[in-house]
Amino acid sequence: MTTNRSTSFDVRPPAYRPRMSLWWWLSKWSYLLFVLRELSSVFVAWFVVFLLLFVRAVYQGDDQYQDFLSWAANPFVVLVNVVALAFLLLHTVTWFGLTPQAVPARLRGRPVPSSMVVASQYVGWAAVSAFVFWLVVGW
Amino acid sequence: MRRRPVEPLVWLLFSGGGVATALFFPILLFLFGLAFPLGWIEPPGHAHLDAVLGHLLTRIVLLGLCVLGLVHWAHRFRYTLHEGLQLGRVDNQVAIVCYGAAVVGSIAAAYVLLFTG
Repeated sequence: MTTNRSTSFDVRPPAYRPRMSLWWWLSKWSYLLFVLRELSSVFVAWFVVFLLLFVRAVYQGDDQYQDFLSWAANPFVVLVNVVALAFLLLHTVTWFGLTPQAVPARLRGRPVPSSMVVASQYVGWAAVSAFVFWLVVGW
Repeated sequence: MRRRPVEPLVWLLFSGGGVATALFFPILLFLFGLAFPLGWIEPPGHAHLDAVLGHLLTRIVLLGLCVLGLVHWAHRFRYTLHEGLQLGRVDNQVAIVCYGAAVVGSIAAAYVLLFTG
């Protein structure tokens, strides 16, 4: 633990902490994108709740499942889900874009170009989406 | 923020949640949140969904997605509040609320997915 209190041996001045506006992230497009990217996590949490409500309704029976579908068709819930889908897509695209920077991939000792890493993630995304679609819809 | 020994584990779960939700959530939300309720695609019958969701493997995969998704949210949202609203001084309280909500949500997910249906 360090404190800002000076001792006779430590005469550093207190740390300089500039006051920043609460709205700093509106000053630049890249800052705004950063904050939107971080806020995508809120919609990840929303979808966990939505998914659990759906699963619970299916477990409870056909009537509850139909009730869930009509609740989900209410314009307010649809609006939330449209916004949520936009944020989830932003999350996916930005996450794939950051992966090569976070985890430098190597194949037989040679670095893999980041475009290959990004492209392979999109292939994986397509495969997962197709599998889920097949499993749920059946065609 | 002070560094704690659990921090690497939380970052690992955050990253795992980032990958898992990036791959699975868009298609799931498109189907269950929009395509089925709005009738773009004929909703699957209850018997089929009950069979798919009743399978142990589906339950485990969905539980993993829920837990990782919640930890991902908690960790990212904590730092969003920290940087966006400059709540550094109440970081401990923010962390407790965020991770606490993720733990409560995970318990609820485990209850729904493992002990009902």
